[in-house]
Amino acid sequence: MTTLPAALLQTIPQGVDYVRILPELILSVFGIVVMVLDPLVDEEKSQKLLGFIGLGGALAGLLATWYMAQSPGLAFSNMVKVDDFSVFFHFLIIGIAAVVMLSSFEYMAVQRIRAGEYYALILFGTVGMALMSSAVELVLIFIALEISSISTYILTGFRRNEASSSEASLKYFLLGSFATAFFLYGVALMFGATGSTNIDLISQKLQAEPVQLLVFVAMALMFVGLGFKVAAAPFHVWTPDVYEGAPAPVVGLMSTAPKAAAFAVLLRVVFTINAPGRSGLLWVAAALSMTLGNVGALVQGNVKRLLAYSSIAHAGYLLMAFAMTGSGDSIAGISAAMFYTAAYAAMNLGAFAVVSHFANAGERYVTLEDYEGLGRSSPLLAATLTIFLLSLIGIPLTGGFFAKFYVFNAAMKAHLIWLTLVGVINSAIGAYYYLRLIVVMYMRESRKEVPVTAIPFGLGVALAISLAATVYLGILPNRILQFAQHSAQELTPPQPSAISANGEQMPPPAAIPQP
Amino acid sequence: MSTDSWSTYILTFVTFAPLVGALLLLVFPRRDRDIRIFALVFSLLTFLLALHLPVHFHRSVQGFQYEIDRQWISTPDIHYHMALDGISLWLVVLTTFLTPLCVLISWKSVHDRVKEFFILLLILETALIGVFTSLDLFLFYFFWESTLIPMALLIGIFGHERKVYAAVKFFMYTMIASVFMLAAILWLYAHTGSFDFVVIRDQIARGRVPNLPAAAQWLFLGFFLAFAVKVPLFPFHTWLPDAHVEAPTAGSVLLAGVLLKMGTYGMLRFNLGLFPEQARHNAPWIMILALIGIIYGALVAMVQPNMKKLIAYSSVSHLGFVVLGIFSFTQAGLNGAMFVMLAHGVSTGGLFMLAGILHERRHTYEISEFGGLATPMPVYAASYLFIVLASLGLPLLNGFIGEFLVLTGAFQAKPVYGVLAATGVIWSAGYLLWMFQRVFYGKVTKPVNLSMRDMIGFEKAAVWPCAIAALLMGVAPILWLAAIDPAVQAALTPFTQVVSKVVGQ
Repeated sequence: MTTLPAALLQTIPQGVDYVRILPELILSVFGIVVMVLDPLVDEEKSQKLLGFIGLGGALAGLLATWYMAQSPGLAFSNMVKVDDFSVFFHFLIIGIAAVVMLSSFEYMAVQRIRAGEYYALILFGTVGMALMSSAVELVLIFIALEISSISTYILTGFRRNEASSSEASLKYFLLGSFATAFFLYGVALMFGATGSTNIDLISQKLQAEPVQLLVFVAMALMFVGLGFKVAAAPFHVWTPDVYEGAPAPVVGLMSTAPKAAAFAVLLRVVFTINAPGRSGLLWVAAALSMTLGNVGALVQGNVKRLLAYSSIAHAGYLLMAFAMTGSGDSIAGISAAMFYTAAYAAMNLGAFAVVSHFANAGERYVTLEDYEGLGRSSPLLAATLTIFLLSLIGIPLTGGFFAKFYVFNAAMKAHLIWLTLVGVINSAIGAYYYLRLIVVMYMRESRKEVPVTAIPFGLGVALAISLAATVYLGILPNRILQFAQHSAQELTPPQPSAISANGEQMPPPAAIPQP
Repeated sequence: MSTDSWSTYILTFVTFAPLVGALLLLVFPRRDRDIRIFALVFSLLTFLLALHLPVHFHRSVQGFQYEIDRQWISTPDIHYHMALDGISLWLVVLTTFLTPLCVLISWKSVHDRVKEFFILLLILETALIGVFTSLDLFLFYFFWESTLIPMALLIGIFGHERKVYAAVKFFMYTMIASVFMLAAILWLYAHTGSFDFVVIRDQIARGRVPNLPAAAQWLFLGFFLAFAVKVPLFPFHTWLPDAHVEAPTAGSVLLAGVLLKMGTYGMLRFNLGLFPEQARHNAPWIMILALIGIIYGALVAMVQPNMKKLIAYSSVSHLGFVVLGIFSFTQAGLNGAMFVMLAHGVSTGGLFMLAGILHERRHTYEISEFGGLATPMPVYAASYLFIVLASLGLPLLNGFIGEFLVLTGAFQAKPVYGVLAATGVIWSAGYLLWMFQRVFYGKVTKPVNLSMRDMIGFEKAAVWPCAIAALLMGVAPILWLAAIDPAVQAALTPFTQVVSKVVGQ
């Protein structure tokens, strides 16, 4: 046997390679099924049926993720890496998609939107986002980013009778493609500087050689692209308009899942590459996002816009966890960021589920005045929203508290005292506008008739899941955090001497029994 | 259960009994009367449980008792660490003592959203007890922040005209101040690897914390700011009158009776316990602020046309005594500070209840609306006089002991402070008695006041225990001081060491 066929053989994808993208495959299949069925079934019935197929797809995706987690390793010529880190984000993203679909059932009916591609687009978007979290190849990351982005562009414009929705979609699309172009440019420059687009190889290269100016530029450009996706200042300007125009459940989705995916990419890129000079960049972005987001939210009268600014602020808190450098600190930082994405997803999804239920046909009731007296007219809905808002403030016994706590703790550990101070002051400012909403619900009497319908089953389940997750993370955060810490170790860059040891950590594909 | 496990778990029972009550109320049918009875039973039960603490407390022991220490979260290393010493013991008892009275005083005055009211009240009680019992800094912060929500909601939902403004102001003021404490706690964790008060105190005392000398002043200020706003120390007091005037009676009672003490307790426990050198360093300007608070609070109270505002400013003045006593670093001063905290809780709680009774009947707190009330309401007038006398520091009642001890301590620290603070006692007699005279003596000026009903059973049941406690504390202060004194001695140990160091040089 010569070496050539063996090398060739290795490039042919093996069975286990497909296992490592199994969730993505399953989600795609379900998405295609939804697309194919859509013209075949009666329009009246299609809403429910397609929704359930979509939900089934997400649940199957979760199962597949569990199966995938049993065979960690690299796949498709080192383009995809299954490790605890990607498993964490797979669970999170697909879980978010499932909850969003649950809360969409009723919304689609009330808004009289034909389900059609809606559920398929969510599934396809999820494929992109899930792939973002496991891709270790910059070009593949770009492709995954595009898959997820294009789905969200369309979903944003799904209230097609509303001008604001189309406007939001167009705005998001134009600015979004611009941002991904930046990302691609950054990837190209990184390739120019290091001769590779593989994150691990880039990391080794950067450790071995003196860092060129080109690398800094490449990192900055890539950060522009990802910063746009996570709505970090100064690339946040699109957020309020797009969130205001997009359908409420879609906002729930795109304020959590693509953000989580983009943060996953950012974590991989920043920490595995161990990007030089990142701390200044991230420091400024974190401080700016927190401050602009919170100050902007103070004056909003529209709840969706308010939550949009709040999501900018939360991106800022999250970015705090990126600004640290030393390897001991980075584990604390990565795990804090992972925990934060999970907690933020739970509470924000819940908040948007309430908002989308309350908005009613044509999203008529989305201003603060509409929420007046909700504590009396619908105590359960108001109490649920209150818990999510308290979690967004960061009040004890909620996930938001530990999320903020871990991030601040990590920043303090890394001696980022000023950034921590900016963070804690911001979280106090932030309390004001969430509190305003609570005050409006409980302490004012309603001045106009706002119909409140009973909570339908799907939404009830979605709310229960988000609520349970928020409270669970607030009382027993240990398990999630430990998992995050465990997976954080796989992201920290291999030390020059430890590269081989790192290679052993990932069992080669042959060592895994073939299914 | 054996006595051993009793003493391990008793604090957990006391702390969480009200919360259990609140959770049960959540699923309770909306029958207002039953809800009230249920809340009363649960708060009394908590009080009885809490009485176990002083009964079985070893008075001669300096350290912590009823200790329970379990790991709650492994990373970061957060413990469920609770214990009591003589400082926190009585504050827990005070909290559980006032809560049933709050339930009683709200019996008739709260008729809308009764269920929510009592749920919030019981949650607040748990949070307050938790603040005094936790020894893990994280747990402490957790309870500290937890008091905010129920209190803000009590003010904002059940308060008077400008309730929303007052609730938001209260929330924002204390929230913004306490994030600095969070930053300080995080710094300590980052440098010591522990949230445990005892561990951190020992590490600091042994000089084992890296970079501490550079940061200690900032850490001290971080803690101090959070506590000073809560106390409230001049010039951070502006939230207090608003919150008090707008709060429902029960809210005011707990706010003045217990919430303010969280601040002074925090200073005593954390500012003095963790950073003795910085405490000594900063004592001069803090004592001056306390003196300004004593005199300014009294003078502003003098000219208040609103009875509740008057009592609120008198709190600013009285709490100034507490801070003065704490930062005098003398045995007498600290004992006095502790005693004023308890006495103020009882007597000001009583005053707020009495003011609430008037508001119940006339829907106003304006002093000028009343006059000659002693004629239609003799029992009420007598009760009021008793509590007023207790509050202004008449010997044989509780206010006197504490103020006397604080003044002794202040004289030892710096005679001029003692002299200035002593004028505060005179002022307080002035504004309280003048208010009493305007409200109760003379002819009935407004015909509507003639038909006012005297105190009814619930109101008597709420106010009289305060009067009895005030008398008891005034006659037999040793019952309280016996437990406080050793704890205060322990708190002062680092200071006596500092002194001996200085003397040795």
